[in-house]
Amino acid sequence: MTVLGIDRVSKTYGAGDDAVTAIDEISFTAEPGELLCIVGPSGCGKTTLLRCISGLMAPTSGAVHLDDRTVTAPPRAMAPVFQDYSRSLLPWMDIHHNVTLPLKAARMPRAEREALASDALASVGLGAHGRKYPWQLSGGMQQRAAIARALAYQPEILLLDEPFASVDAQTRADLEDLLLQVWGRTHLTVLLVTHDIDEAVYLADRILVLSAAPTRVRKTITVDLPRPRDQIATKELPEFAHLRASVFALIKAESGSAPPTDAATPDG
Amino acid sequence: MIRSRLGRVALQLALPIALVALWWWTSSGSTQVFFPPLSRIVDSLQEDWLFEQVGSDLVPSLTRFTVGYALAVGTGVALGVLIGLAPRVRRASLPVIEFLRSIPPPLMLPFVLVVIGIGDDSKIALIVLGAVWPVLLNTIDGVRGVDPLMLDMARSFGLGRGRRIGRVVLPAASPKIVAGMRTALSIGLILMIISEMQASTNGLGFRVLSAQRSFDSAGTYAGVIVIGVVGLVVNFGFLVAEARIMRWHRGAQRVVEA
Repeated sequence: MTVLGIDRVSKTYGAGDDAVTAIDEISFTAEPGELLCIVGPSGCGKTTLLRCISGLMAPTSGAVHLDDRTVTAPPRAMAPVFQDYSRSLLPWMDIHHNVTLPLKAARMPRAEREALASDALASVGLGAHGRKYPWQLSGGMQQRAAIARALAYQPEILLLDEPFASVDAQTRADLEDLLLQVWGRTHLTVLLVTHDIDEAVYLADRILVLSAAPTRVRKTITVDLPRPRDQIATKELPEFAHLRASVFALIKAESGSAPPTDAATPDG
Repeated sequence: MIRSRLGRVALQLALPIALVALWWWTSSGSTQVFFPPLSRIVDSLQEDWLFEQVGSDLVPSLTRFTVGYALAVGTGVALGVLIGLAPRVRRASLPVIEFLRSIPPPLMLPFVLVVIGIGDDSKIALIVLGAVWPVLLNTIDGVRGVDPLMLDMARSFGLGRGRRIGRVVLPAASPKIVAGMRTALSIGLILMIISEMQASTNGLGFRVLSAQRSFDSAGTYAGVIVIGVVGLVVNFGFLVAEARIMRWHRGAQRVVEA
């Protein structure tokens, strides 16, 4: 399995006096099969970081590694799930074709990609909806379709950018559990960016708390809540409340007029 | 359901029928040269256009139109994608495009006749010269407006350039492209007629002009009616095709507005 290494990645927009540093020497490692959540105050460079990791954007300095290869373009081993499903699913294709399009691009034989797409759609509970267009489905179902597309692509690393931010609370809880289910079955490495602290604590093996811009890793918190997790039982645990509080305190300190953080806390 | 559809069709037919009836009534017995009785126009229609001049004039006209329109759409979309995807090329080429498209295409006819000659090619060229601009400009606009998130998605999933253009950029731009094609359709029809009014030996435009020059006013009216019907049929066909191809867009649009 592949180790994802983020090595002192910085991204500066603009130049000279107008230069804005969005992320500043971020380093961390995602172990194979790990579910890593990244949280930070709003306006910190979470999206920039994810774009650098996914190979869509070149960092100003530093590098992203998959094992010992440097990421310079979107790698085959990664699949993204975006926050805005209504803009990332193609409205002119039905769900099934949305899922198979990346597989076609990967030159997968027809029979294989049809089977993979059907399996992926079934695994997110959309087995009967393949012929529907995205706009014929609810928001939660569209995001399931986006997850199915990522799963069918058979990545080793799943990158999720605030994937559940645009759905209602109940759907959100369902999708979180769906993600845990899928992850438990596939042993993917999951990198999930969120601004929802509960969600991060509920899902993660480890939480990376980012600072306000210029963004660094403020702290890494290990979440050793027992698995399988449960929306009710897990969230009732005193450890859950404790972890939640400590993440919240970190973020609150960051989003106020907090003093600059001392050194980042790289790990791994 | 069926009743309401029948009602709608009846409503849409009522005014044309009333107008024709009015025309028939006011023109019957007219002795004015330029206002012949509608009955004589109908005679002329039957005589000339059922179906003697269909092969000799209508088919050549429609062929030129079809070829010219197809070339205009093909060129407009291809160039539009190239220009739309490259901001620097776009900035460099827009002034030239704006200049060229603001030249009234009929003005290009003498020029085209000199450069290309008097055959079908020059007529097709005139249609292309007029019809290409709305397609080109709308394609540039549509391609520019493609959601960057869709392009991120396409790149992340390893779609190559060809697939990104064919499966993402073009469909995303297609509502704009189709709107441009609709404008180009009427421009193309107009230029089809105009191109046949000079240095021509057949075609709808030629036929109407020669009838008018020989003071055959019934024949002139008949030709005009045929041209009107052609325009109607072509536009209607376009709308039907558009409704089919762009079904997804209307569906998605309804969701956005809801």
